[in-house]
Amino acid sequence: MARQFMKGNDAIVVGALAAGCRAYYGYPITPASEIAHAAALHFPALGGVFIQAESEVAAMNMVYGSAGMGVRTMTASSSPGFSLKQEGLSYCAGAELPCVVVNIVRGGPGLGNIAPEQADYFQITKGGGHGNYRLIALAPNGAQEMCDLTMLAFDLADKYRNPACIMADGITGQMMEVVEIPAAKAALVDHGTWAVDGTPATVGNLIASITLEPENLELHNLKLDAKYKRLEAEEVRLERYHVDDADLVVVAYGVVSRIAYSAVDRARAEGLKVGLLRPITLWPFPTKAIADLCATAASFLAVELSTGQMVEDVRLAVEGRRPVHFYGRCGGMVPGGDELLAEFRRVLGGGAR
Amino acid sequence: MKTFEKSAGFFPTFERKTGPAKDATHYCPGCGHGNVHKMIAEAMDDLGLTSRTVFVSPVGCSVFGYYYFNCGNFQAAHGRAAAVATAVKRTNPDSIVISYQGDGDLAAIGTAETIHAANRGENICVFFVNNAIYGMTGGQMAPTTMIGQRSTTTPQGRLEMMHGNPIRMCEMLATLPAPTYIERVAIGDSKHIMKARKAIRKALTVQAEGRGYSFVEIVSACPTGWKMDPVHARDWLIEEMLKVFPLGVYKDESDTRDEGSWNRRCDAFAPARVNEYLDRLKSTLGESQPVLLERDLHCKFAGFGGQGILTLGLLLSQIGMRAGQHVSWFPAYGPEMRGGTANCSVNVCSGRIGTPLVDNPNVLVVMNQPSLDAFADQVADGGVLIVDTTIVEGRPDAKRLRPVLIPATGIADEVGTAKIANVVVLGALVAATGCFPRDFCEDTLRAAIKKRSLVDMNIDAFGRGYEYVKNAK
Repeated sequence: MARQFMKGNDAIVVGALAAGCRAYYGYPITPASEIAHAAALHFPALGGVFIQAESEVAAMNMVYGSAGMGVRTMTASSSPGFSLKQEGLSYCAGAELPCVVVNIVRGGPGLGNIAPEQADYFQITKGGGHGNYRLIALAPNGAQEMCDLTMLAFDLADKYRNPACIMADGITGQMMEVVEIPAAKAALVDHGTWAVDGTPATVGNLIASITLEPENLELHNLKLDAKYKRLEAEEVRLERYHVDDADLVVVAYGVVSRIAYSAVDRARAEGLKVGLLRPITLWPFPTKAIADLCATAASFLAVELSTGQMVEDVRLAVEGRRPVHFYGRCGGMVPGGDELLAEFRRVLGGGAR
Repeated sequence: MKTFEKSAGFFPTFERKTGPAKDATHYCPGCGHGNVHKMIAEAMDDLGLTSRTVFVSPVGCSVFGYYYFNCGNFQAAHGRAAAVATAVKRTNPDSIVISYQGDGDLAAIGTAETIHAANRGENICVFFVNNAIYGMTGGQMAPTTMIGQRSTTTPQGRLEMMHGNPIRMCEMLATLPAPTYIERVAIGDSKHIMKARKAIRKALTVQAEGRGYSFVEIVSACPTGWKMDPVHARDWLIEEMLKVFPLGVYKDESDTRDEGSWNRRCDAFAPARVNEYLDRLKSTLGESQPVLLERDLHCKFAGFGGQGILTLGLLLSQIGMRAGQHVSWFPAYGPEMRGGTANCSVNVCSGRIGTPLVDNPNVLVVMNQPSLDAFADQVADGGVLIVDTTIVEGRPDAKRLRPVLIPATGIADEVGTAKIANVVVLGALVAATGCFPRDFCEDTLRAAIKKRSLVDMNIDAFGRGYEYVKNAK
């Protein structure tokens, strides 16, 4: 068993290599730069492409170039850089190009700071760029998942011909854990029907997101929408932790879910019936799983490193059948276990804050 | 609208084009794009490059390049054609890549992409149609609009003081070392057109031979945008534009660069090769039977930068990993790291680790006074608090905690260097907590320390820290 103790950011690159990613384009930004460092080391060593682009915008459009050739490709950044990638993401979604984009979210808005936050949730799950499109969004909560979900992101991106996003935070990126290094696997996807790779076989294909006639662009949008509905039906991933008999279901992802595991354990030790539902796919969101818990749970509590973003999706899932509470820290402040436990007690006791 | 005498570089009919006229282009009468398209199609065909060419269309009037060229086609975001072309060429170095762009696309919104693709010497052809106006969007000022020229956004004419001067891209790019061939040509009189044809052919040849980056600027008329008839537009181009945009070769190193010297490579994905490579990334600590951990460790290590605080955490982590335990290590990162203090959190647990942040450590190591002041109160009741007494003057609460007082830096000095105080502390930690057997830890250190010459010193430091605590008990 090949293991290594590594940073989450490094684990992303290991996952990308194992998934057959051949081209990395990036721009330096804290706290995501280790991804570019590792890519600069490993991609050329394996005969792949690494370019430090002149900008986040250029990096994303380089991804568009390699993705259009049917080659697995990626870029990574952190919040301000991710904002700059929205143009290219919209074009990739419009042209149906599979690619992976990592956002190691930091404090915002604006330049903010380099501490962990989850305040790019709206941007990642609700669009970000222009037009009707969705990103497949995965939220790892440890180094092993940084690796494994990156591999999954490539598979889903190919399966649905859509950009996939890894949404992590500064802690998950900077933290080191033991990672089992996966075996590289051949991607069994035939891109020949649509990619343009500079060979005679693909001359008839076209990579474009332009559709002039409104009736045809509507059809294209409906086709994309059908794809997104299929994703919602088939690709939701989540983790349940002590939710079956829980009076209070905590909904949290990324590093907050790690804090919540510990807080739930402490709550259980006190006899409080608290459980955790962790969305692994932020989009598609585990709407049905949350709705189903309305049958057993008395209330929900969304905990985020934001002023309240994912909580809106929890409320949409619950549809007013149960109270949905929110607890958030932001700006790089991270709640401690005591803080969460106090919040659990308060909600279960019906107390006001 | 004129029908082409079609080269095989064009589709036989333009089926991708909307509307009924599948033989004609969408360009206005007198527009230069049609001529330039024809020259490119002919050159691609004559040179036998068409079937492996990828044509990148920009945003602007030539956004529909893919209607016409019988090769692979990409349509790029506004200004990003050179970035897209870069990736296409890098991903398949055997392809022939054309980035076809207008003045707004190339010299305004895409200036950065243009300059940096040139500066990297991408082995591509950039064909830049400069008609001094935004055509597609309705005749606005372009970066190349002439002083005094009226446009829909310079209704009084372009003024230097208000709008800046026309940008000369050939001149700018020619200052860069990497480009191979830079020339400005025009769609003016027949002599101009012959030279333009030659330049386009040369650029494609340079690329096909792997000699590097080519940039051909084609000064071209836009009768619609200029609000002139085609004849006047051509005259104005020749008489006015060529004064500001002189024709000629701005750089040509195509003869002095070796064939193939600017080709890059990109190998196909080979899982076996990747696996062999990834295998080299694995831990070199060596396999071990799992070693029992009696009690989970939730540690915080704090001190000054340079005391090896983060390394101390990493060494304990590696011992934990080799023992088959769950381990997490998290540093205070960023500016904090550079500001003179350092701390990290390490969990070593027999089960899954919840929070990687250690709020209430059961082991705290402090190697400076501020760390004692900041973190001592957070230690769980009965927790171990290791204090480097060489540096820290204060003493912790012995009733609530288990203080381990050790002059670690002093001991390290005796070993040979104060820098190794962190390993003395590690020895003390292992002795005080009894987390793992001494010989197991020493074996791990031997495997973990990369510099062979330092192994003995580290083992010595670890042993002294360990003995100091054992003897004090």
